[in-house]
Amino acid sequence: MSTLTTGGTVGLGIRRLSASKEPDTSTKTYPELAILVDVSSCIGCKACEVACQQWHDTTPPLLTPEEVEKLGFVSYQSLPDLRHDLFMLMKFNEKDTEKGFVWFITKYQCMHCREPGCLIACPAPGAVIQYQNGVVDFDHSKCIGCKMCVVGCPFDVPRYDANNKPWKCNFCIDRVEAGLEPACAKTCPTNCLTFGLKEDMVEKGKKIVESLKKRGYENATLYDPPGVNGTGYIYVLPHGDHVKDYNLPENPRIDASIGLWKGPLKTIGSIAFWGTLLGVFLQLVLWGPIKVLGGKENKEEG
Amino acid sequence: MTNNWIDISNSDLVFVMGGNPAENHPCGFKWAIKAREKRGAKIINVDPRFNRTSAVADIYVRIRPGSDVAFLGGLINYVLQNEKYQKEYVKIHTTAPFIVREDFGFKDGLFTGYDPKTKSYDKTTWDYEFDPATGYPKMDPTLKHPRCVLNILKKHFSRYTPEKVAEICGCTKEEFLKVAEEVAKCGAPNKNMTILYALGWTQHSYGTQLIRTACMLQLLLGNIGVAGGGINALRGHSNVQGMTDLAGQNKNLPTYIKAPKPEEQTLEEHLKNHTPKKLHPTSMNYWANYPKFYISFLKCMWGDSATPENDFAYHYLYKPDKGYYSWDEFIDDMYKGKIEGLVTAALNFVNNTPNANKTIKALQNLKWMVVMDSFMIETAEFWKAEGVDPSQVKTEVLVLPTGDFINKEGSMTNSARWIKWKYKAVDPEGDAKDEYWIFGHFFMKIKELYEKEGGAFPDPILNLVWPYQNPYYPTAEEILTEINGYYTRDVDGHKKGERVRLFTKLRDDGSTACGGWLYCGVFPPEGNLAKRTDLHDPLGLGTYPNYAWNWPANRRVLYNRASADAKGRPWDPERPLLRWDPEKKRWVGDTPDTAATAPPEKGIGAFIMLPEGRGRLFAAKSYATFKDGPLPEHYEPYETPVENVLHPKVPHNPVAKVYKSDLDLLATPDKYPYVITTYHLVEHYFYQTNNVYSLVRLFPTHVFAEIPEELAKEKGIKNGEIIKIVTPRATVKAFAMITKRIKPQNVAGKTVYTIGLPIHGGIQGYLAKLLKNNAKASLANLISPNVWDPNSRTPEFKAFLCNIEKA
Amino acid sequence: MEVSRRGFLKLSAGSLGASVIGGLGFDLTQAHARVRELKITKAKVTKSICPYCSVSCGLLAYSLSDGAMNVKDRIIHIEGNPDDPINRGTLCPKGASLKDLINSPYKLKKPMYKPAGAKEWKEITWDEAIEKFARWVKDTRDRTFIHKDRAGRVVNRCDSIIWAVGSPLGNEEGWLMVKVGIALGLSARETQATI
Repeated sequence: MSTLTTGGTVGLGIRRLSASKEPDTSTKTYPELAILVDVSSCIGCKACEVACQQWHDTTPPLLTPEEVEKLGFVSYQSLPDLRHDLFMLMKFNEKDTEKGFVWFITKYQCMHCREPGCLIACPAPGAVIQYQNGVVDFDHSKCIGCKMCVVGCPFDVPRYDANNKPWKCNFCIDRVEAGLEPACAKTCPTNCLTFGLKEDMVEKGKKIVESLKKRGYENATLYDPPGVNGTGYIYVLPHGDHVKDYNLPENPRIDASIGLWKGPLKTIGSIAFWGTLLGVFLQLVLWGPIKVLGGKENKEEG
Repeated sequence: MTNNWIDISNSDLVFVMGGNPAENHPCGFKWAIKAREKRGAKIINVDPRFNRTSAVADIYVRIRPGSDVAFLGGLINYVLQNEKYQKEYVKIHTTAPFIVREDFGFKDGLFTGYDPKTKSYDKTTWDYEFDPATGYPKMDPTLKHPRCVLNILKKHFSRYTPEKVAEICGCTKEEFLKVAEEVAKCGAPNKNMTILYALGWTQHSYGTQLIRTACMLQLLLGNIGVAGGGINALRGHSNVQGMTDLAGQNKNLPTYIKAPKPEEQTLEEHLKNHTPKKLHPTSMNYWANYPKFYISFLKCMWGDSATPENDFAYHYLYKPDKGYYSWDEFIDDMYKGKIEGLVTAALNFVNNTPNANKTIKALQNLKWMVVMDSFMIETAEFWKAEGVDPSQVKTEVLVLPTGDFINKEGSMTNSARWIKWKYKAVDPEGDAKDEYWIFGHFFMKIKELYEKEGGAFPDPILNLVWPYQNPYYPTAEEILTEINGYYTRDVDGHKKGERVRLFTKLRDDGSTACGGWLYCGVFPPEGNLAKRTDLHDPLGLGTYPNYAWNWPANRRVLYNRASADAKGRPWDPERPLLRWDPEKKRWVGDTPDTAATAPPEKGIGAFIMLPEGRGRLFAAKSYATFKDGPLPEHYEPYETPVENVLHPKVPHNPVAKVYKSDLDLLATPDKYPYVITTYHLVEHYFYQTNNVYSLVRLFPTHVFAEIPEELAKEKGIKNGEIIKIVTPRATVKAFAMITKRIKPQNVAGKTVYTIGLPIHGGIQGYLAKLLKNNAKASLANLISPNVWDPNSRTPEFKAFLCNIEKA
Repeated sequence: MEVSRRGFLKLSAGSLGASVIGGLGFDLTQAHARVRELKITKAKVTKSICPYCSVSCGLLAYSLSDGAMNVKDRIIHIEGNPDDPINRGTLCPKGASLKDLINSPYKLKKPMYKPAGAKEWKEITWDEAIEKFARWVKDTRDRTFIHKDRAGRVVNRCDSIIWAVGSPLGNEEGWLMVKVGIALGLSARETQATI
């Protein structure tokens, strides 16, 4: 992990930062970026998963047969869940449906919500960045490790490492800044991943949905959830009536309580902030560190 | 491949069977997806398992492993009975009108001429009826003659009714008909189907015939030679095409000229036997140039020592008496102690040969073995295998560490026959050396020994042309020059040493040397065309004529003359691969697979390599045929749970190679009731990737078997439990992956369960650490049977029997 | 599980902390982003071809050394060549992980020899290795060479050495090996086209 860097980039323009005032973006608008995931042409080859690790130099662990047996984890999936060193994961789910057998294969990673729950929830100024192009990124130098981003995320994405820092897909922002595609989109063998302007991706997605409907997938749909004001990864789902089987939330939205601090409670001020920190401190003293990941995932932290 | 990867996107129907390109060739499979996007093509997948290709297919049909000939035979029958074949094409481009001998026949699973004692055929009757006046086979252009090839076909395949197909394959009649209707649509001149297949077809005891069935179907539909058509072997290794071309196998000398037989004592006798005569007046019969290719090869090998006076050193060539001396035979010979030594580079055949325990035992009978690889492989460490006592193994073993692909320059031939160049990026690790260095040093050493000590027939070694600036370290382009060919003396305005422009210039007088005639043209005087990177696409069909170089003659689609009608007009004007331009008076488009300036009226046959000049629907003995019949037939795998409903008394391919040593045991369905099939996963590549962290990680269940949930329920097996897979050869252990992607099938009234076992096991790399002592138990080929296709010598890995139990 | 994971967090610290900090009002002007260096910027690029299946995907191999004397360049990254007409820059998981193949800790680095009956390998030099290789081949060939068969026909062959040429070898390396095999008169030549 030592070669990994995080903390944003220059040159892309910042739309907003966590726990900070909204900037004035009215004078100049920027195009938004997105990756279209056309599930109807995804073969579940995991090239994207590998390319992601190769670019970010992460090495998720090898499972021993004993661990496999203990977990009962025998699947086409590489691991049961995301980790701090596994920013994206192909999820596999086989099911008999009313239209016959379907192998639901879904690329799972940070969705880069245009209304990012993590950013809204984050109390540390500048620890979560949203660039003008819509990409959401973490800056570990500003992160206080409070795990609010996890709470705020409607897709259950950020994962903490042993240093209590969160990790997730950063849309290969370093590549994007240099004019390259994100690693996953570039490598995708069947071009089921397309990288481009959000509006173009939506248009392309809609076209694919239309052609799928003609091919007999009458429930095909474009997944670009409005509850988070749309996302940076949008999905063509051939079986749009089976969103959950694709391991996607049906109607993700940011919990009302999370946005609150920006509204009515905005003026409460720093006393309350320090009070909160004290509360966190007390919890640490009294109950020890927050164990977020449950029995199965404790292992990942070590 | 007759066509090429990009050309798949020109198709109207991508028919995938006997292959799983989404799994094993994902970046090539993009062109199937592209065909759907561009042309609205459908993707059909027929496979025992719902796999990654099925996941994106429009139509998926499950068939029982080993029932493929029946399914394809059913398609041929459907196309013939419903007159869906492309009639004009069949008439002018295939052997459909040729008349077959009266005494040819087929009955109860056997063609005429079978001798049960030798388990082989006398092929005399598998031939055409010749017209004594012309010396050519008789023909009936009206296709009415009851013994014309088309009608022979109609009769032969009439048994493959939709009902019969369903009964044999375990699918429903409706499923079959749904596929048949889509396939039959491609008999229209402007509808083209491509067939993609791989080892799922070859790895059967009748694999060659299986592929032949597909070729015949494509010929009938007029889909050979056209854009978006063809019969496309996906192939395995990066350079398996190149190493097949360049005669890794002993039956060939480079690029399909033949090793001489003992009875061919003179060059003249050999050339006479292998230079075919025309079987139709319009045939170009390109193999008539065989002597030019042969003599140029001998000149390439032995240069000035090969003279017309000494038959161009023809006697230097080995003359095997066994014909094709292949894996099956020499492993058996090794097992019997008849072989002393083994040299192997970049292959791991302990893991790749069936009944691997026999191979491991056989290796212990060697005196010595030299293994070249960039990793330690199971073959090199056979003496560490389970149950082997190293102190009893007398074999001396040498392991030479070699560079990886990234450590050396050179060309690779992909499955579409594109010869592409790669450059060296970094030096090999540690003291590892590339093969140029190793063979340079080896050859110079053995030559020195023969010079010093003499020995058995040293002439071919001492006189071998070794024209490298540094004889200890030949370079890739020096070798490519030899393969491409060069002039051996000043002739016809060409200087000695000049590289030959194309194989059409090769000569039979010794003035040209050429290591592989099909590759002649890759390195003409102007430079190395394998290095080309021009992305110009003049036809808009993705032929990219100036990107790399394609054998033969940079022709991107084989038999492309067949993409046009008798007048030279493309069958489909939207995909004009080749057409006759009356103004320019030549064929334009792809490199023409015909005489470039011969007008269509001359009627030159589109299949220039065949003496008939036409696509062969009946493999007549006159030129070349198969060991197991001139027409395909459904035979059950050697291990099968059901009887052959077409001919119960001849259930299997009667001439398949089956070995019967004490270790070569076959399973019967009473004790081993389940069908098992083996395959690759996208996450792995044979066994090599067990050394690659991110791939080993990608499939944490390193060794698993896919079990249908119905069978798991019956056996009380849970997901993630370790099970034993038992065959008479061996027992292996694997995690059970309970799945809905394989389902039990009803085959002729009997429930047949299939289980799947990926082949990627072994005891090397990360697996050695992870799997510890259980590792050996994971190799799929410990349990596969020693049964081989008689033509290609490919083992029957795709369908055999096993039992499973909880470990 | 996912719901409970988030729920648990929320209960323990989340909602309280989140709802009160906004008032601090950090200003965007204080925010600055650090430069994230593109890791391939200084690397050398070499065009290559994927060594796995026969699609022949074009590769771009990025290599770098630390500049020290006698230090070999190392591959730091591999991705698809976007100007290859077949793969158009894409790679499957195997192609995408080629860096891990090239830099695998299991790479062989020295020639090794196992004598008859030995239980372990021992390292030997290249000189010794080539000497043994040539000696073994010559001795076996000389001992078992068949000049004429029983019928008295000249056959000039050796059936006693298997010469197996792998299909991952390039055309030129492979041809060199085939050429030497034919010159030696070896009849048991094979490749991995059928297994």
